[in-house]
Amino acid sequence: MLPYSWLIPALPLLSFVLIVFFLIRSNKASSYTSIAAILGSLALSVAVLAEVLGNPQPQEFAINWIFMESFKLPMVMYIDPLTAVMVVMVSLVASLIQIYSLGYMHGDPRFARYYAYMSLFAFSMLGLVVAGSFFTMFIFWELVGLTSYLLIGFWFEKKIASDAGKKAFITTKIGDFGFLIGLLVMFFAAGTLNMAEIFDKVHHHEIALGTITAAGLLMFCGAIGKSAQFPLHVWLPDAMEGPTPVSALIHAATMVAAGVYLTARLMPLVITSHTMAMVVAIIGAFTALMAASIGLVQNDIKRVLAYSTISQLGYMILALGMGGYTAGTFHLMTHACFKALLFLGAGSVIHAVHTNDIQEMGGLGRKMKTTAATFFIASFSIAGIFPLSGFWSKDEIFAVAWEGGHYILLVVAVLAAFMTAFYMFRLCFMVFTGKPRDQEKYDHARESPKNMTIPLVILAFLSITVGWVGIPWLKHGYGSFVFFEHPHHVAPNYILMVISTIVALSGIYLAYLMYYKGSISPVKMAERFKRIYRVLFNKYYFDELYMATIIEPTYRLTEKLYKFDLGVIDWLVNFFGDFTVFLSWIQERFDTYVVDGAVNGLGYTIRAFGGGLRRIQTGQLQNYAFVIFLGLVVFILLRFL
Amino acid sequence: MDFPILTYMTFIPLLGMIVVMFTRKESVQLIRWESAFFSFIPLVLSIVMLAKYNGSVPDFQFIEQHEWIPSIGISYFMGADGISVPMLFLTALLSFVSIVASFNIQERVKEYFAFFLLLETGMMGVFCALDFFLFYVFWEVMLVPMYFLIGVWGGPRKEYAAIKFFLYTLFGSVFMLVGILVLYFAVEPHTLNMLTLIEYNSTYTHAFQIVLFPLFFIAFAIKVPMWPFHTWLPDAHVEAPTAVSVILAGILLKMGLYGLLRIGYPMFPEAAVYYAIPIGVIAVIGIVYGALVSMAQKDLKKLVAYSSVSHMGFCVLGLAALSVTGFAGCVFQMFSHGCLTGAMFLLVGILYDRAHTREIAAFGGLGVKLPLYTGIFTLFAMGSLGLPGLSGFVSEFMIFIGAFGSSFVPTWMVVLAVLGVVLTAGYILRMVQRIFLGPFNTKWEGLTEINGREIFTLVPLGILTILVGVYPKPLVDIISATLENLIRVMGM
Repeated sequence: MLPYSWLIPALPLLSFVLIVFFLIRSNKASSYTSIAAILGSLALSVAVLAEVLGNPQPQEFAINWIFMESFKLPMVMYIDPLTAVMVVMVSLVASLIQIYSLGYMHGDPRFARYYAYMSLFAFSMLGLVVAGSFFTMFIFWELVGLTSYLLIGFWFEKKIASDAGKKAFITTKIGDFGFLIGLLVMFFAAGTLNMAEIFDKVHHHEIALGTITAAGLLMFCGAIGKSAQFPLHVWLPDAMEGPTPVSALIHAATMVAAGVYLTARLMPLVITSHTMAMVVAIIGAFTALMAASIGLVQNDIKRVLAYSTISQLGYMILALGMGGYTAGTFHLMTHACFKALLFLGAGSVIHAVHTNDIQEMGGLGRKMKTTAATFFIASFSIAGIFPLSGFWSKDEIFAVAWEGGHYILLVVAVLAAFMTAFYMFRLCFMVFTGKPRDQEKYDHARESPKNMTIPLVILAFLSITVGWVGIPWLKHGYGSFVFFEHPHHVAPNYILMVISTIVALSGIYLAYLMYYKGSISPVKMAERFKRIYRVLFNKYYFDELYMATIIEPTYRLTEKLYKFDLGVIDWLVNFFGDFTVFLSWIQERFDTYVVDGAVNGLGYTIRAFGGGLRRIQTGQLQNYAFVIFLGLVVFILLRFL
Repeated sequence: MDFPILTYMTFIPLLGMIVVMFTRKESVQLIRWESAFFSFIPLVLSIVMLAKYNGSVPDFQFIEQHEWIPSIGISYFMGADGISVPMLFLTALLSFVSIVASFNIQERVKEYFAFFLLLETGMMGVFCALDFFLFYVFWEVMLVPMYFLIGVWGGPRKEYAAIKFFLYTLFGSVFMLVGILVLYFAVEPHTLNMLTLIEYNSTYTHAFQIVLFPLFFIAFAIKVPMWPFHTWLPDAHVEAPTAVSVILAGILLKMGLYGLLRIGYPMFPEAAVYYAIPIGVIAVIGIVYGALVSMAQKDLKKLVAYSSVSHMGFCVLGLAALSVTGFAGCVFQMFSHGCLTGAMFLLVGILYDRAHTREIAAFGGLGVKLPLYTGIFTLFAMGSLGLPGLSGFVSEFMIFIGAFGSSFVPTWMVVLAVLGVVLTAGYILRMVQRIFLGPFNTKWEGLTEINGREIFTLVPLGILTILVGVYPKPLVDIISATLENLIRVMGM
């Protein structure tokens, strides 16, 4: 089966081609083709997973792509336990979300096109995870960027949506700038971009440490962009302008996790280079905390979730930076389930009330029971409440930090966990409980159709149970399968488990007091910590900062350069031309007055002379006779004297 | 005696020109179909040539050699190798496509197509000629029809643009002519056979190379055009009719690079090394500067024109790398840019025909009204910004690899070139957004969707872009042996 794993991404590609060229006019055919393709991928992925579970030995498949005497670049596919888990996760979430979209996108004028893009995305994302060389990965990496761009700007008539798409593409491209240079450094240091071969060379110390650090950090820049880590996180909140299922699939569960996946694939470098490990961990920790703090005060339901995603991705990056390969990828998997669920739940709510603003919601739990129940489950899971999925994966990260002695990072992570619990339940209480804040919207709200709620239920089930594969008492199921070099089981740490539970519960309790019981007034809190509130509400002013320091100056520079082009370079060209014309003018004058003047002058002289002579020619015989006579006299005189 | 395929490819368009000239000028439709026919045959022949070309050996193939003016060593010498074969194919394709795209020309149809066919002969000849005299003749023959095509059928400032183009190029050619004459007299026995002159490259002294190389370089740099010789390009493009822009950007710009690969580099390898840094600097300035200036453009066609300056900078960087990978990237980029920019100019022309303006700010939200046109435009725009899966990415990546691994190009240049990719994404996406996305500008309610003939001109270019991007092997197979050999000839 494994050599045919390329079929997993190929099926959605086929669906994309079919839709674009043949089915674009039929909504039904397009959506069903797309869903059939992704379900096919899911089936194949499960088969691959089953086979890899039986034999976890990594397998590599390569074909020649560019093949010259002095330069070879193959396309490589690599299947190991992490790949197997990822393909299942991606195709599963993608399947559910495509089914959900049948209801959510119903009636959209570009329905078929939506499914074409979804298929293209599935192709790119699945290609990314089966890629076995960093070059192959980069290709799919850019393609997911394209689909992300297309889907964020899906409703492109809204300027804000098309702006967001552009921002996402360019911001991640800045990260890819580092990624690409990292690829070049790595290619010349290792002579290959195949993951397995690089791993081998790093393992045998065939690459200098400085080079490893440099190449590793440069490639990590790509992850910073794609996984929306500080300082390139600014695009992800804006990406929420896309349809909500897109936010769930691409900007929460799968594509944004690609940066984490890349970092996991860079693990040999992280392990070898202490500097790189530290940078990765610190960026992850800082992002986790920063994004969580912004999430505390936002009022757009999707933006809260977006900051939550950034924060959770920070967690994963932090785990990987501390060497927690298993912990980071485990959290990636559980997060995919509960965050997809949260977004789809949010989508269900938005579908019902037609607003994103939680200040206009309230009491919806009474009308949307399934949505509310599943949303609460996901919130408990992300907050890390025993025994839901999030508890196990978050705990694993804490345990890694504890074991590695990274106490500062641990404190940061715990603090972020507290904030996570708080902002999630702030959302839950404001949206689903209490009195409706907007009666009209509340009256029109009703539960979403079955094709939307069933995926919610399935994801809720997964949000509870997926984490159980990593329960430390149950033989570390996940850790014994997906690991780096050696399975590394972190012993269950009861103190940490208790601390993390207390922290999560207190976050929930604070939210309960503020947004359910109302015994602490949020307004007063905001008044009291006005400065902090303003900074958080304005997202630390990153957008404004980038606008003032990068974007505006670039635009001004382009204008100046264009002026330079016209005013200096082209001016010189024209000057040269004009100068030549001027020279020829001078030459013409010279020609007229000097050269031609000389010629004419000669002519004039001769004519003047001739004119003088002409006077003599009077035509009167007497004159001639007189001259002859005079001549004769002169002759005789000369002769005889 | 083999079938002289190169001669047929070169001179059938000339025959077509004669036929067109003997057609009554009122039978416009007939003239159009004649032109299409006489440019279609070379296209078919070029496909035959692609199929028959043996990429595993670096030798020139389809060689034809006849004495012409033996007393001064001039011969009619044609041949093709891995560098010229893709270019010949591209020339045949773009000429045919441009002629079909010119079916809507209404003014002086007969003269237009006659000049166009003559232009094709000139271009084909440049890529086939292996004798300096022949090469120079074709090189200059191209200028005349180009001059008239811009100057007669162009926009409001056509005379200025045409003269600027003509004189600027001619100015460069004079340097080349001097160079050719010097070479001729420097070598015993006197010859104008390019291959012989390349063979002798080891006998040229260092000083000789250093002095002679710039003569050729200036001629070719103006043609590419490299920064700072580029300012004729935006003017020429803005004034030229659509199909002429396609040829200008798609083929003529490549001739400068072709000249360097065919003449400049193999004949003067020491000079190539000597000047590698300055050439690299020019390349990188071109990439970044071209991208930034593109971003400032308000006229769509001018934007695409400046983007060519940036894209050609990548080619030049590949040359400066002096490695097989760099050269291969350059040839790839030449081919890829020919398809992409050719298509971009076609697309700009299609929009201009309907809207009668090219001002980017005048549009907005066209994606709603023209979904098909928008989709096709986006495809080529993505190709231009180097999206993987399309041809531009392959060439840019090869150039980066070539330049990064080269001992002649410092790393910072590559870093700046990669930065150019980010800037490219910036101006391309901004352009796409301002034309197609956002609220629909109702002023354009009357715009009609792209028609069948227009799609017909774009399809082959789209297929090639995707094919080369997804599966570069066929093109690699054609060029690699030649380039490996070129590096050997240069003694690298």
